[in-house]
Amino acid sequence: MNFARPITATAEGLGYQLELLGSVIVRLYAVPARARLIADQIYQSALRTVHVVLVVGLFIGMIVALQTGIELARIGQQDQIGTIVALSMAREMGPFITATILAATAGSSMAAELGTMSVSDELAALEVLSVDRVKLLVLPRVVALAIAAPLLTIVCDTIGIIGGGFVAQSQLNVSYQLYIDSAVEALRDPAHILPLPKDVYGGLFKSVVFGVIIALIGCAAGLRAQGGALGVGNATRSAVRDAIIAIIITNYFITWALYQQ
Amino acid sequence: MSAGPAPRAADRASGRPDSEPVIELRDVVKSFGTQRVLDGLSLQVPRGQCLAIMGASGSGKSVILRHVIGLLRADSGIVSVEGRDIAKLKRRELSELRKRMGFLFQEGALINWLSVGENVALPLRENTSMKDAEIRERVQAKLELVRIPDAWNKMPSQISGGMKKRVGLARALITDPEIVLYDEPNAGLDPEISQSINELLRELHERLHVTALLVEHRVRCIRTVADEVLFLEKGRALIQLPPREFFASDNPRLVQFLGTDPD
Repeated sequence: MNFARPITATAEGLGYQLELLGSVIVRLYAVPARARLIADQIYQSALRTVHVVLVVGLFIGMIVALQTGIELARIGQQDQIGTIVALSMAREMGPFITATILAATAGSSMAAELGTMSVSDELAALEVLSVDRVKLLVLPRVVALAIAAPLLTIVCDTIGIIGGGFVAQSQLNVSYQLYIDSAVEALRDPAHILPLPKDVYGGLFKSVVFGVIIALIGCAAGLRAQGGALGVGNATRSAVRDAIIAIIITNYFITWALYQQ
Repeated sequence: MSAGPAPRAADRASGRPDSEPVIELRDVVKSFGTQRVLDGLSLQVPRGQCLAIMGASGSGKSVILRHVIGLLRADSGIVSVEGRDIAKLKRRELSELRKRMGFLFQEGALINWLSVGENVALPLRENTSMKDAEIRERVQAKLELVRIPDAWNKMPSQISGGMKKRVGLARALITDPEIVLYDEPNAGLDPEISQSINELLRELHERLHVTALLVEHRVRCIRTVADEVLFLEKGRALIQLPPREFFASDNPRLVQFLGTDPD
């Protein structure tokens, strides 16, 4: 067995994704001309996923409230649940859960769409017609997810905090008003300079980065797909797997950069 | 029904053929893994001529077209178009050269999320600063040329294989190319639609005087459209003759191959 092969393939894949990122950056001037395609992609990736984000976000908020609330109740600090749920949703859970949902839905869909185009000669046709496929196919998808991911993260944060409130009131005997007051207080900038604290901006910044990563990995996997339906299946699977790994690794480094003491 | 060979395109065009080849392959070698597909192939297509390439399935016919359009690079040898070595062209130069070429893919290769009209309009929208009205006028003219004037708003998933070929042809011709490459324009079509496509190709050849490379199995198509026929065997040109002489040849391999032809 050749042990170097997976390492070489990973390095090649990463190199291709970085090259694609560079190609997208130098074509950002074309964003206004692609407004319609970007809007289509936002619809495909965000609006058609919002119900999933609502359900998952609601239950994640409820789980966080329940898990932390039980422990806080033992030491009589259950009125802090609002603070903990709000901060954990804004900092970590919202961006991460949203990114995971987007990787599984929009990322896999991008890999499958472009992969099908690749194996059915549509990408070759674009090349033959001298049509810039990065500008036509990749740029709109990357920009769309960079916009959609933070919007969906706001939805996820909000519904998660609301879900935590249900649990706080119904199972931990914390009044809904007290829960909301502590959540709102936690999401206020202590210095009262910015409308929201670093926790919220940090989470939204993460989600923009995650959106770009998911779209790039999905597009790269699709563009490199070969070998018919099997190749499209492999591209889709690798797009979701690689995006989730990349999100977790990137999440650590962004968190480290934002919150290191 | 066409029985004999078509007159040479350049003769039809009003003059003698230009002696300098527009498309030239010299000693081209191409392997995929351990399989050598092209093994020192050489061929020339003079201006205004249509050269058909015949050969067994998997003999590398489509690979030749993909070399000429720059989708594949030869392991060795030279592929040149208009005297320019494709392998030495920079990306931008290759892109400019491709704008003067048309390529009809075997399955049409239409972009499945664009309508028929937008598929044909794509090169104009992406590569020119033409206004929408002008683009619509040109696209409509090409749709009429390939005899599907009412197809603009149809999606690729809603049209038949023959219609996809016509749309692919309209898209290949939208920039009025000087060179057109056809990859099995008859593949998967019934005899009636095949013949209408063949007659359409001949008509285009006569009207637009393009230089063409045609990959095809069907004898009827080659008789209708081609000026010369090359038989590809084991990655090399076994024989190259005008259609009448080609189909009358007593070359044993050719006789064996043509004996199985469904036409």
